[in-house]
Amino acid sequence: MPEIRNYTLNFGPQHPAAHGVLRLVLEMDGEVVERADPHIGLLHRGTEKLAESKPYNQTIGYMDRLDYVSMMCNEHGYVMAIEKLLGVEVPVRAQYIRVMFDEITRILNHLMWLGAHGLDIGAMSMFLYCFREREDLMDCYEAVSGARLHATYYRPGGVARDLPDRMPQYEANRFRSAAQVKKQNAAREGSMLDFIEDFTNRFPGCVDEYETLLTDNRIWKQRTVGIGVVSPERALQLGFTGPMLRGSNTEWDLRKTEPYEVYDQLDFDIPVGINGDSYDRYLVRVEEMRQSNRIIKQCIDWLRVNSGPVLTEDHKVAPPRRSEMKGDMEALIHHFKLFTEGFSLPEGESYAAVEHPKGEFGCYLISDGANKPYRLKVRAAGFAHLAALDEMARGHMLSDVVALIGTQDIVFGEVDR
Amino acid sequence: MSRLDDMIGRLRAAFPDNDSIHTSVDLASITVSPADLPTVALMLRDDPALSFKQLSDLCGVDYATYGQDEWNTETAGTASFSRAVDASSVGRLSFGSEFELPDIGRARFVVVSHLLSLDHGVRLRLRCDAPDDAMPVVPSLTTVWANADWYEREAFDLFGILFDGHPDLRRILTDYGFVGHPFRKDFPLVGNVEMRYDPVKGRVVYEPVSIEPRVLVPRVIRDDARYVSGAVEEEATAAAKAGQSAA
Repeated sequence: MPEIRNYTLNFGPQHPAAHGVLRLVLEMDGEVVERADPHIGLLHRGTEKLAESKPYNQTIGYMDRLDYVSMMCNEHGYVMAIEKLLGVEVPVRAQYIRVMFDEITRILNHLMWLGAHGLDIGAMSMFLYCFREREDLMDCYEAVSGARLHATYYRPGGVARDLPDRMPQYEANRFRSAAQVKKQNAAREGSMLDFIEDFTNRFPGCVDEYETLLTDNRIWKQRTVGIGVVSPERALQLGFTGPMLRGSNTEWDLRKTEPYEVYDQLDFDIPVGINGDSYDRYLVRVEEMRQSNRIIKQCIDWLRVNSGPVLTEDHKVAPPRRSEMKGDMEALIHHFKLFTEGFSLPEGESYAAVEHPKGEFGCYLISDGANKPYRLKVRAAGFAHLAALDEMARGHMLSDVVALIGTQDIVFGEVDR
Repeated sequence: MSRLDDMIGRLRAAFPDNDSIHTSVDLASITVSPADLPTVALMLRDDPALSFKQLSDLCGVDYATYGQDEWNTETAGTASFSRAVDASSVGRLSFGSEFELPDIGRARFVVVSHLLSLDHGVRLRLRCDAPDDAMPVVPSLTTVWANADWYEREAFDLFGILFDGHPDLRRILTDYGFVGHPFRKDFPLVGNVEMRYDPVKGRVVYEPVSIEPRVLVPRVIRDDARYVSGAVEEEATAAAKAGQSAA
């Protein structure tokens, strides 16, 4: 009788279900995983070291590139760490805009997650449905910042500019007829807020569509129920945050427990899972999309009736308006100093955490009083989650590893930094 | 902020000998010696009055060039920008250049952890100085918080801090066979080696970096009154008030 031995399987880094550049060394006993050893760092760009050689404002753009499917939430954590140390006030309108875009980002992230997770474990059409709605939200990003992905929209003390009065529209060409374009532009006739409102009215119906496809789907349940069960105590030990922690029956959401910006004035619920398996985490994330939609609606209502500045008037931190610079010497000097040297932070340390779509995104900032950070540490949610993959995968089949990577919502931009 | 003040009080009660407990912006901060770290960490986790059940983050910090700037802001000079900038900072190091580390009069490597107490809704910064700069060793926290594992591997990889008792201290983020610890302040920003595919040898080869260091904005420390923030002023007045009431 031949001897049966464990063998080692190399999963990735070029594997479509590895969500980027994960190299997973799996020790297998037949088709059962004995040990999983994730090798990360293939996307390590040294963002934190780069930040040490740049003025504060020039690092905001790098934050987009960490978790590149939830860009503005990364920026939010970073600018909050600066604001805490600087003690600068953020205008209320800017706070509402930030909250609105945080929630748009959350929907963007969860749609990406749902599409990719579905694709990984066999629900092909989910990807197409999710990307249909993502397209509209990407257009919001583009309308407000000029970029569909890497927005660089938040600034210490507010946001770069106010919401635009009109949405960009499609134009007819030889591939798209005028009638087709008219239909596509139907929601884009008004301001950006009109467009987002139209989206929030449509979106719950879209979520219903996703749920029709998945929630009671026998194959979906077979692939997710009872896979990667994590107890609440263990989830805390492993440093889980966000939907991973809430899926394990722990009600902890920084938007409620450490409210930042205007979250304490908004009405929304925190969904919590019961069993701590992949299916519960799926339910939590789907419900989060509905709640985000609610928050966006409330922000739209507020933003419609309240106008005001969106960036602090403290010109040591934020540049003065172009028109002021034409006539005012002081404004010109402020502009020059801000764009050549940047602003200095008082000496000290701050840690700012935001409820990122994937979990807690924290920025630990050490300043020695210079115009560049002395040390910036980014606490990425995915890093702690991926570290627990070994524990979650043990005893599961090889195909469940794919489901686990999916349920953890891993993005290597933030894991490797 | 009363939750935080409560926690500061409880921390002082739990660790009466430790005089480093203070409020730092919006969280509590405590510094412990490497010898005390394991017992303090266990107490922080298990004492119901503290109950820091989660380790949010753990990272290394290299204080080698703390407080060093490249531009003299006190006096005005006639020197132009390029002459005014001191070329010795880490961003301007190129391959093979020597970098003299200044004597900073304190521990160079510090391990900073951020803890979260879900029961009390407070965060805590736990600092631990590594005593020896040449061979920084700190006890591992993996037995207290399981997720310290990867964070400590990262701190080892990037800073060369060793964690006593860590089960599997391998590099995590850098390349297989990487030399050096890239986040140390004497490691050049442009790196040491670059790699490319050599068609003659038919494999990937490593070579010294060819890119030039290109940091455009000098590091400037300004401590004028205009940079003193409201938060710092408040802290100062609060400290003054506390001093008065104590007197």
